Amino acid sequence: MTNFDPERRELLKVGMVTGTALVVGELWLSAPADAAQASSAAPSRSAASAPIPVDVRLRVNGREHRLPLDPRTTLLDALREHLHLTGSKKGCGLGQCGACTVLMDGKRVKSCLSLAALVEGRDITTIEGLAQGDELHSLQVAFIERDAFQCGYCTPGQIMAGVACIEEGHAGSAQDIRGWMSGNVCRCGAYDNIVAAIQDAARAKRG
Amino acid sequence: MHPFTLERPRDVAATLALRAQAGRNDAPAEYIAGGTDMIQLLQEYVRRPDRLVSLVGLLDNRIESGPQGLTIGAAATMADVASHPAVVQQYPVIAESLLESASPQVRNQATMAGNLMQRPRCPYFRDVGYDACNRRTPGSGCSAMIGVNRWHAVLGTSRSCIAAHASDVAVALVALDAAVELQGLGGRRTLPLDDFYRLPGDTPHIATVLQPGELITAIRVPASAAARRSHYLKVRDRASFEFALVSAAVALDMDGARIRQARVALGGVGTKPWRVPQVEKALVGGSLDSAVLRRAAVLAAQGARGSGHNDFKIELMQRVIVRAIQTVGARA
Repeated sequence: MTNFDPERRELLKVGMVTGTALVVGELWLSAPADAAQASSAAPSRSAASAPIPVDVRLRVNGREHRLPLDPRTTLLDALREHLHLTGSKKGCGLGQCGACTVLMDGKRVKSCLSLAALVEGRDITTIEGLAQGDELHSLQVAFIERDAFQCGYCTPGQIMAGVACIEEGHAGSAQDIRGWMSGNVCRCGAYDNIVAAIQDAARAKRG
Repeated sequence: MHPFTLERPRDVAATLALRAQAGRNDAPAEYIAGGTDMIQLLQEYVRRPDRLVSLVGLLDNRIESGPQGLTIGAAATMADVASHPAVVQQYPVIAESLLESASPQVRNQATMAGNLMQRPRCPYFRDVGYDACNRRTPGSGCSAMIGVNRWHAVLGTSRSCIAAHASDVAVALVALDAAVELQGLGGRRTLPLDDFYRLPGDTPHIATVLQPGELITAIRVPASAAARRSHYLKVRDRASFEFALVSAAVALDMDGARIRQARVALGGVGTKPWRVPQVEKALVGGSLDSAVLRRAAVLAAQGARGSGHNDFKIELMQRVIVRAIQTVGARA
């Protein structure tokens, strides 16, 4: 950026002026005389395009919750944004990465592909509900011992999918595990250690 | 997502009355069940319905097997069907096609009827950044024909659309002469799955023959000797969690070392699951010898037309047929 570009500088100046005008405009709108009108107009404008909220009952980690939700809310967003259970991660939001994996009635699902309003009555377990008090789940311990992560973003989804993988009896060979864990992507590439951790936990379970 | 009103009707009658239109990309009301495809379409603004009608908890999810055949409730999950002992033993092509689809999580969520209703994976259909897509926006053109079309169909295409049908299990079901039971405002009807799907023609935004309100309630598969000796071979860019470039569902009824009857359907190459009766006919009375199979498989290419990047599929699908038949023929 050693070459100074006068045109770019002009653009920046215009942008600054516009920005100032917008701030002034907002101040003017919220001036005391118009305050009541402005604040009543804003919600009604958004209500015209916002869908009717639905009353949703969710059972998460053994606790019942009742939430008024925009019907577009996915289970993942309900968990993270409304119940503040941020263990389940949003990677792609399209069911491709598996970072949002939770258990529903004991089976692994992608929480980004379910609407919260359509999973009423289901038993949902997130990564926060896996440990028994201070005692970690055997797969959580195995992930630590095997150093089965680098950045950690995919880890909650990997662990939830791994728990189900073991439970289903699909954790025999390393090849089996790789196939049955294919719905969970790790961009750091910690796959070898993830497979090793699942094998450890599966062996411990078999005794 | 475009704002929608979520309808959660109490029973099927109330559901039908809402006249949601499944399988049409211009419909103001859509059904949602497992949600694994619909949520993607909503998130990406590919579908912007004003109303979403939930089928959750309303449809049968039982899997029943008897001497006449197999009945799969519309709401049965892909995972439940894939692990059902009768399906595994008597209809292996169905179980295999399901296990080769999607990911374990999606198979736990997705329903069988929803699988049959999934939209194609054409990247231009799925990306609203491209204006031209006749399937998404009727009359807007086709970006795939002049774009990257490696994944696209070579059979059943039209000047409007070359998107390949995405379902694996639909290919297996078409090979086994499966039928879908439908329920609509006008009553019930049963259709061969092959007739349920429409070719794109000039109206690729209409994927099936479903009427407003009408929905799939069950899938019926007739029992047969061939179904017990069946196999699904899927060729794709990754070993798992990927859609087919080319796949074949084959079912054989053998008379010693000779083929008494063969059923062959192809995936990844057609705008709908693609049965190849001319290949089946040519296989009758033949052996499992490579040269013999090859002479029959070449007939699959009749009418096939590539769009450039997908030309390889015309040769590949013949090889996939040969390999799939040899694999299942070698089974006891």
